[in-house]
Amino acid sequence: MQNSQKLIHTFGALAELGSEVAQKQNFQEMMRTSLHLLLGSLAIMRGGIARFSRFGHELNMLVVRGFSEEFPLSLSLCYEDERQFLVNGLYPIEVSQAKVLPFFQIYDQSFEKRRIELLIPLVIRDEIVGVVMLGEKANGEPYNNYDKDIICAMARHVGVAIAQRNLMAELERRAEENRRLYDDLKTTYADTVKAFATAIDCKDKYTEGHSVRVGKYSEIIAEELGWDEPEVEGAAVAGYLHDVGKLTVERNIINAPYRINAKESAELSKHPSIGYEILLPIHHPYADVPLAAKYHHERLDGRGYPDGLIDREIPYIAKIVNLADSFDAMTTDRPYKRRRPATEVIDDLSRNAGRQFSTDLVSAFMRGMLKELHGESKNKRFRKLLGRDYMETEGLAPLIAGALNDIAPTTHLTATHDH
Amino acid sequence: MQNVEIATIRAEPIGETATVYAGDYLNKLSGETIERECRQKLIAGAKKLVVDFSETEIVNSIGVSILLGVIDAAQDAGAEVVFSEVKSETQELFEMLGLTNHVQLL
Ligand SMILES: [Fe+2]
Ligand SMILES: [Fe+2]
Repeated sequence: MQNSQKLIHTFGALAELGSEVAQKQNFQEMMRTSLHLLLGSLAIMRGGIARFSRFGHELNMLVVRGFSEEFPLSLSLCYEDERQFLVNGLYPIEVSQAKVLPFFQIYDQSFEKRRIELLIPLVIRDEIVGVVMLGEKANGEPYNNYDKDIICAMARHVGVAIAQRNLMAELERRAEENRRLYDDLKTTYADTVKAFATAIDCKDKYTEGHSVRVGKYSEIIAEELGWDEPEVEGAAVAGYLHDVGKLTVERNIINAPYRINAKESAELSKHPSIGYEILLPIHHPYADVPLAAKYHHERLDGRGYPDGLIDREIPYIAKIVNLADSFDAMTTDRPYKRRRPATEVIDDLSRNAGRQFSTDLVSAFMRGMLKELHGESKNKRFRKLLGRDYMETEGLAPLIAGALNDIAPTTHLTATHDH
Repeated sequence: MQNVEIATIRAEPIGETATVYAGDYLNKLSGETIERECRQKLIAGAKKLVVDFSETEIVNSIGVSILLGVIDAAQDAGAEVVFSEVKSETQELFEMLGLTNHVQLL
């Protein structure tokens, strides 16, 4: 009768310890609870749990109960101690019987003072993860085999918890390392792309900043289309690099302060294909970048170049870059003509929606512009790219709203109240 | 939840005797509050700690561990520990585990 109650008490603690370890909670609290359960199950006056550090070859106390302040919080292990602990496994070592080991010689006095009787090496999968130290039992009796079996089972739970914790920490560290490596790569790529864009724009002094602007406009369109962040980034890269083929076209053709002749035009019209050749061998995080370069001068109606593709034959990304490219051409001064007024550009875009440009892209672009005019976007990108005066052209917002209505009447629903 | 439990821990000093009520939070990590309470009484000079179990139905391993902490602290301070109003089943457990070697039962 008495024994069965004791069993219930002890196994209750064991069961609780198991579920304690299974629950993902605060590690420190879990260790504290575990120590309580260990000590309480057999009524042990005091004890502690230490975690083994492989690097420092030391045991660092995680929790202690009843150890005085002078008890060391960090205890070092020698090779001999470690070897013996590994052999011993989870079975309790009687401190009084283990004086041959350096560890017990060094800390003899500390153990004596707090009457530490047992030390259980926490060996999990052939690795020391920590130790449990236990003082005397409240009934003053020595530990019997039954006690030791219970302690062994409970110590295993504690050891597993520490091993799991170590593993999690290691995984987190590696994930962090990976993330940093990936970020580095991404930064390198982004830097390279921007450097390229600058190099392309350098070649063409009249259209300084063209590639960068086309990148930004492409980004705005992709955002308005509701693309994910990496895809938006891909659209921006496609824009930055669309004219990379111009790097091989002769400088004086690009910079010609007049409308170029047929021969020169033929030379210039090679730049999409050359760009494609340049970009294809590069490993981009976004597969469509070379295609954007190749087809950014195609038009929906088939009147573009180099291949005269029509609507559904043109890669989507190329349509985006084409719109961004055309918009920049209209809104910046060129060697042979001044930039066109904002109202005229909007008219042009809506007139060419469905001819040169994809209708949904034109409306996405206009939506982005309208949002900024209505103060709904965080960063005033259009204002930065086009200048304040240009964006404050009188009647621009209603004009865009009207154009949006004309080309995509279903885009914005106006809420009405039921009568 | 935890705050409520802590708030319900009662301790009444009567001269050199301090009484703490074990309640049922003794069986959880929050029971450490009882131990802290006792240590404070000992530092304040209490020579006798009375732990009242009138509101305690059962005591589990965590509870035993916390009570051992109280006993250990009292012994270090040269104070006496008294358990009062212990239910018979709990008393049996205390006897079996040897806690009764260290405390007086009332
Ligand atoms: Fe181009
Ligand atoms: Fe261009």
